[in-house]
Amino acid sequence: MADTHIGNGFVPSGQLQLGVFFQGVNSGTVWKSPESGSQTDFESFRRIAQTAERGLFAAFFLGEGLRLREHLGRPHALDVVGRPDAQTMLAALASVTTRIGLVATQNTTYNDPADLAHRLSSLDLLSGGRAAWNVVTTDNAWTGANFRRGGYLDHADRYVHAEAFVTTAKRIWDSWEDGAIAETPAASAWAAPGSARPVHHGGKHYTVDYVPRLPRSAQYRPVLFQAGDSPEGRDFAARQADVIFSAHPRLDDALSFRRDIVERTVKAGRGANDVKIMPASEFILAATPQEALEKKNWVRSLQIGPEQAIAYLEQFWGRELQGFDPDGPLPDIDPVVEETSETRGSGFHGAKAKQLADQWRAEAKDKGLSIRQFVSARTSRGDSSFTGSYTEVADRLAEYARTGAVDGFNISPWLIPTGLDDIVNHLVPALQERGVYPTEYAGSTLRENLGLATPVRQDNADTVRLRLTVGEQLL
Amino acid sequence: MSTAANSSTPSAARRGFLALELDGDGGHPAAWRKARHTPAELLDGTRVRATVLAAESAGFHVATFADGALPPAADSLDGRDIPGRLNALQRAAFAGPITGSIVLVPEVDTVYTEPFHISTQLASLDYVSGGRAGWLVAASDQAVDAAAVGRSFVSADGLGREAAASIEVSRRLWDSWEDDAVIRDVATGRYIDVDKLHYVDFASTVDFASTAGAGYSVKGPSIIPRPLQGQLPVLAPAGLLSADQLSAGAADAVLVSAPTPELLAGEIAEARAAAPAAAVIAELDVVLDARGQSAAGRLAELDAHTPWQSSRARFVGTAAALTELLGSVLETADGVRLHPAVLDVDLEELAQLVLPALRRRGVLAPQQPGSTFRNLLGLQRPASRYAAVSVPSAANN
Ligand SMILES: Cc1cc2nc3c(=O)[nH]c(=O)nc-3n(C[C@H](O)[C@H](O)[C@H](O)COP(=O)(O)O)c2cc1C
Repeated sequence: MADTHIGNGFVPSGQLQLGVFFQGVNSGTVWKSPESGSQTDFESFRRIAQTAERGLFAAFFLGEGLRLREHLGRPHALDVVGRPDAQTMLAALASVTTRIGLVATQNTTYNDPADLAHRLSSLDLLSGGRAAWNVVTTDNAWTGANFRRGGYLDHADRYVHAEAFVTTAKRIWDSWEDGAIAETPAASAWAAPGSARPVHHGGKHYTVDYVPRLPRSAQYRPVLFQAGDSPEGRDFAARQADVIFSAHPRLDDALSFRRDIVERTVKAGRGANDVKIMPASEFILAATPQEALEKKNWVRSLQIGPEQAIAYLEQFWGRELQGFDPDGPLPDIDPVVEETSETRGSGFHGAKAKQLADQWRAEAKDKGLSIRQFVSARTSRGDSSFTGSYTEVADRLAEYARTGAVDGFNISPWLIPTGLDDIVNHLVPALQERGVYPTEYAGSTLRENLGLATPVRQDNADTVRLRLTVGEQLL
Repeated sequence: MSTAANSSTPSAARRGFLALELDGDGGHPAAWRKARHTPAELLDGTRVRATVLAAESAGFHVATFADGALPPAADSLDGRDIPGRLNALQRAAFAGPITGSIVLVPEVDTVYTEPFHISTQLASLDYVSGGRAGWLVAASDQAVDAAAVGRSFVSADGLGREAAASIEVSRRLWDSWEDDAVIRDVATGRYIDVDKLHYVDFASTVDFASTAGAGYSVKGPSIIPRPLQGQLPVLAPAGLLSADQLSAGAADAVLVSAPTPELLAGEIAEARAAAPAAAVIAELDVVLDARGQSAAGRLAELDAHTPWQSSRARFVGTAAALTELLGSVLETADGVRLHPAVLDVDLEELAQLVLPALRRRGVLAPQQPGSTFRNLLGLQRPASRYAAVSVPSAANN
């Protein structure tokens, strides 16, 4: 049994929240199934978002990738490819939903702070205070080739840059005084003179000189999610974020991640409970454990077919491996690249290829796994998957709530657009029976529904401390 | 007037469309003083929903959404008129799922925004609106927009080149997935046909602004499949793009302005000559008699707060006279975009008096639920320029 004591004054809430991660690109969805719908039609997004809202989900979540993933120098053909712009899609969903939070993954390297802050503010106001920004810092020159600025950012600087970016965005969101706007059209001015402060930022990476155009929203400013797992990423989250979208769903791992984050958060001068954690996860559920297991095998066979298994290895080997039998052992030839490339997405970046190949061959041999079995175990969120009957999984999740290992899960449905139906129809009621899931939305904003405190204005209490921690100069 | 007589006039054969600009509380900077909601209620989804639905049910074919920093009104006090505005593209996206026939056209700047983002956002707007999206190209000449992103200011002669480059990047990115690139071939495990995806390899050759350094490049392909319309219709103000850029097809429609309604006809003819293939849309400010008050009286009252300065022709008068004017403008223009002084007031008059009269005359294109913006403009859905079976028009690029 894992040591569940978190320490540092952390108090488990005993509650869980759910979010839905509509996956745009990956091998996670079973597009080969005849039941699988379009990955780009608006109706797919509407259906998932409205089902999630029926299940009282806190958030609808979209990822981002700013260059099409490649495989051996060409766009990747085997997995789902292509997805709409996150904020545009979420603005559309804002008009057909009323309570669910709308989370856009947006990169700090290829955006301008004033532009991004303004668009997030718009989404927040349009949705009545339901917007969130999942801050990512993916920074390779390969993605930069799609932007005016190009690959101008050194990998080592990604969080220095991100922190200056986020700090500037927060100041933009805090720049209009509350109550500045007139209460009636009969007033002498639309807004009280001087009620919007210009925001200046001058730093190593960019200069911003901006007069903000929008007031605060019902939740004051967009909720900040963060995804990025390095120590720098965790410290950045501990200082700046409200929620971490983590890659640690297994209970023991989740508990140690929580301990780490609580420690960093307290060190950053914030409360032990201030940063929520929601890991990425997949649920394969049925009425009985046996049915769930059968379903899992079926899902996996569609996610990782023979072609996907070979292609997965090719990405790390950097060469074609078509001659190898997917049901045979891992290739005995070595990779032709030194480092794995980023062209398949951020998860594939920078590992030492030869070392990885040796390690994998040993592991597969040890466990007696074929290429297909090995790849299947490594992908499809093997670690992040919850398989079982509704009641079984509800019991397991209640343990997460009791220990405070996580604040909730961000679920990736493996079927679009009906993949949330069994979760909402069966798992949610089972969690409610156990008293670990809300029975109604706590409020109308995402911040209220996540149980987050109202933020302090950036230019008051925060500023002094931020001056000390941010690697860029604040003017 | 006799509608029977009018419906048989020869000009009735020509059918145009009407666009409505939905920014703020109306075109007049003091419009908020006559709005039917509190000032703070302007900047939320409820207001966007109400205005776009009102425009659609009034029978407007197109809604446009202005963007950018609001210029401080001349000689007004700081904060006297509305200083805030929601992002235009997001307002259009918000309207997408709740409307069924009105075309949604946000203004999007081309000078200080990333072309790759613009292209993806507009393609996404096409998806969420079922093919009813367009792009009103703007080229900011405001120093504040340059300062916001820390770039050096692009002066007037660079604007057209920036705009043209940005349009070209977007068009190539929209074409970078051929229509049938998503194949979902279960037998081979291939989700896409890689041969139908293309790098756009755009490189601007121009030195856009003296101090901003050289141009830029965009690799592609797009991160989203081809928009539903293939290519979104692109609208540009007359004068922004050069004759060469227009004849190369950079814009599908041009918006023309004149100092007075009388001078509009001349401008329309000029735009038609400069870009024979593009639709011509005339711009018109509108103040109508309403609520027992004359249009001139209403305008004087608003102007006493803040004068309405605009480079567009302005109509101030009765619904009947506006109907006449629009009838005659639509004989030569393909469409007219109206900028009502006060949305809550003038839109009501337009909906109740002007549009029904024009419909009776048969001068308006029918509203077609489920139809695309390209349909409205009479444009074919183009093949991707990268498609293997080359089409004659591909030679132009
Ligand atoms: C659960 C999770 C989800 C992520 N989703 C995205 C994404 O959608 N788009 C993206 O560009 N990066 C995504 N990332 C990658 C991180 O942004 C990237 O690893 C990071 O910004 C680099 O920081 P790091 O070195 O701290 O990990 C994700 C990371 C995690 C852990």
